[in-house]
Amino acid sequence: MSGFGAERAVPGAVATAILCRGLTKRYGDVVAVDGLDLEVRVGECFGLLGPNGAGKTTTVEILQGLVPADAGAVTILGMTWERDAAELRQRLGSQLQETKLADKLTVRETLKLFRSFYRRGRSVEEVMEMVGLSEKRDTWVVKLSGGQRQRLAVGCALVCEPEILFLDEPTTGLDPQSRRQLWGVIAEFRQRGGTVLLTTHYMEEAERLCDRVAVMDRGRIIALGAPRELVASLGAEHVVEFGLADGGRLDEGDLRRLPGVVNVRTADGKTYLTVRRVHETVPALMQLLAVSGAALSELTTHHATLEDVFLSLTGRHLRDE
Amino acid sequence: MSRGGNPLVELTLWRIREFLREPEALFWVFAFPIVLAFALGLAFGSRPPQSVRIAVERTGQFEPLFSALDSASGLRAVLLDPAAAERELRTGRVALVVVPGEPAVLRFDSTRQESYLARLLVYDALQRAAGRRDVREIRESKVRERGARYIDFLLPGLLGMNIMGTGMWGIGFAIVKTRNQKLLKRLLASPMRKSQYLFSHILARMFFLTLEVVSLLLFGYWVFDVPVRGSAWDIALVVVLGAMTFAGLGLLVASRAQTIEGVSGLMNVVMVPMWICSGVFFAYSNFPDAMQPFIKLLPLTALNDALRAVIIEGMGVAAIGWPLGLMVLWGVACFGVALRVFRWL
Ligand SMILES: Nc1ncnc2c1ncn2[C@@H]1O[C@H](COP(=O)(O)OP(=O)(O)OP(=O)(O)O)[C@@H](O)[C@H]1O
Ligand SMILES: [Mg+2]
Repeated sequence: MSGFGAERAVPGAVATAILCRGLTKRYGDVVAVDGLDLEVRVGECFGLLGPNGAGKTTTVEILQGLVPADAGAVTILGMTWERDAAELRQRLGSQLQETKLADKLTVRETLKLFRSFYRRGRSVEEVMEMVGLSEKRDTWVVKLSGGQRQRLAVGCALVCEPEILFLDEPTTGLDPQSRRQLWGVIAEFRQRGGTVLLTTHYMEEAERLCDRVAVMDRGRIIALGAPRELVASLGAEHVVEFGLADGGRLDEGDLRRLPGVVNVRTADGKTYLTVRRVHETVPALMQLLAVSGAALSELTTHHATLEDVFLSLTGRHLRDE
Repeated sequence: MSRGGNPLVELTLWRIREFLREPEALFWVFAFPIVLAFALGLAFGSRPPQSVRIAVERTGQFEPLFSALDSASGLRAVLLDPAAAERELRTGRVALVVVPGEPAVLRFDSTRQESYLARLLVYDALQRAAGRRDVREIRESKVRERGARYIDFLLPGLLGMNIMGTGMWGIGFAIVKTRNQKLLKRLLASPMRKSQYLFSHILARMFFLTLEVVSLLLFGYWVFDVPVRGSAWDIALVVVLGAMTFAGLGLLVASRAQTIEGVSGLMNVVMVPMWICSGVFFAYSNFPDAMQPFIKLLPLTALNDALRAVIIEGMGVAAIGWPLGLMVLWGVACFGVALRVFRWL
């Protein structure tokens, strides 16, 4: 099977896999999605990044034609849900955040069930191989580990050899090893030219897998770009993070004047300095602390990540830990 | 590239596998009705009427009286002191006390049926012992027909109850569970045809229906000699129609419920009145006349009536047009409404 995306879509269509404009969804007083515009290109891995309740799941389910939007237009592979639902369902693979597969079917039976819905696709054997569950073929779903179950869910999305794969928090709650296994599955799908729309609240995952990410908050996109670009937009590559023993305070102006500091931000009682060169800033910070008589309770430094991007945009953390 | 299986077959296999892998469900569907039939069949089986226990007071010339009564059929006499006899009468351990003397006195509670029976038997025995002769000859001819015993009444009722229960639970429960774990939503994201999903439930029902009906009828026939008089086709028609009716009702009950608790409550609201009123364990003619028209409109009443008519009385389907028509009506109405209000998410 070859030729993902544009080649098979409506002639003349651009290589856009997913396009939506002004997407809006309200639940009572809650605006889950607030006028969202989005474009995902064929062959790209696009990440939706955001805290709990940002509207990621709602967005993804609207795009998959499962939840009706209150307003806005969606085009998938040049088609719309109103006109081409049956055709679209044949060509999309889906893993939903909350779905639990049938407890007492085996891995093979589950994949066989999903495979039977599609006109064309991979063999069950091949999919089991891809998601590394060949040895568990005759195990009931209820007896699989969390990571294996999640890989099976992705397997069910892959049986039809989809052009677009929708993954809603595929690795949430998994241990690092299971997470890496799933990353492998997704990478392989991409190598064959597939398009992926992924939601996550793990920075590392987005940075590693995604060509572009949209940072979502309260139903809106607040930043969009390649992970590297977004981090670069902070103006510096490192973050110095410190907290003061109780009572201590430092003047923000003093901090901004420290060498190499690009930005200063406080959240949850900690201070985050975005800096160009850690080795210039830290000694100066120590000196400032000594002069003002404040004592450190903690000090760490790390490479700037999407987490810092989110923090600098919203003043809040991506995950409440 | 590969060929996938047939979606309807796979969906039906899913239903059947899920059920067969649930030992508890298997018990309730297959073993429980048989256990119930066995227990009730034994408890209320046909036995000769028990003899009535009476007391003779140990006063005066009691011996001839006592021997005459004790040898009479249907009576069992005990000798007791007056105080003890009085106590046993009060507590209902004897139905009647005979006080010897001229005339003999019968002490009994005239509101107890058993005491009335005892009075008739004692009268007869005493008069005979005193030399009475019958003035008119009466002959008895005893009947014990298969088909008129309690077990013959009970078995079709249990079958109807089981068809209702498994239809409603089997379909309602499975759908709500699938909806609750958002698997229904996942299926909807695939090109699965909704009609095939619903139809697979019906097909799986038909599979299990065959097993549960045949096992219960065979059990009744082998263990209690319950007759199966109607033709296999007529019975099959009634059974399938009943199963479809309750599949529709199950679908209706499950059409919007989000949780297992919610659907369980609804199921009970629908089924418990029918267990009681629709003539499963006892004839619904026992209910007041005012209730009869309502009882006769219930789908389980129709199913039980139809089952008794074909299985025990051996009627053809032509003779049971009313209950069959009523079931069709219920089925069509339930399916119609259920499909309209059904929520997939
Ligand atoms: N069915 C619903 N009924 C009412 N409110 C809803 C419903 N679904 C979502 N919401 C609300 O919409 C908002 C967005 O929810 P959504 O599930 O899209 O967030 P999310 O970004 O996927 O979060 P998470 O990371 O926790 O999965 C939330 O405030 C949520 O409470
Ligand atoms: Mg979500």
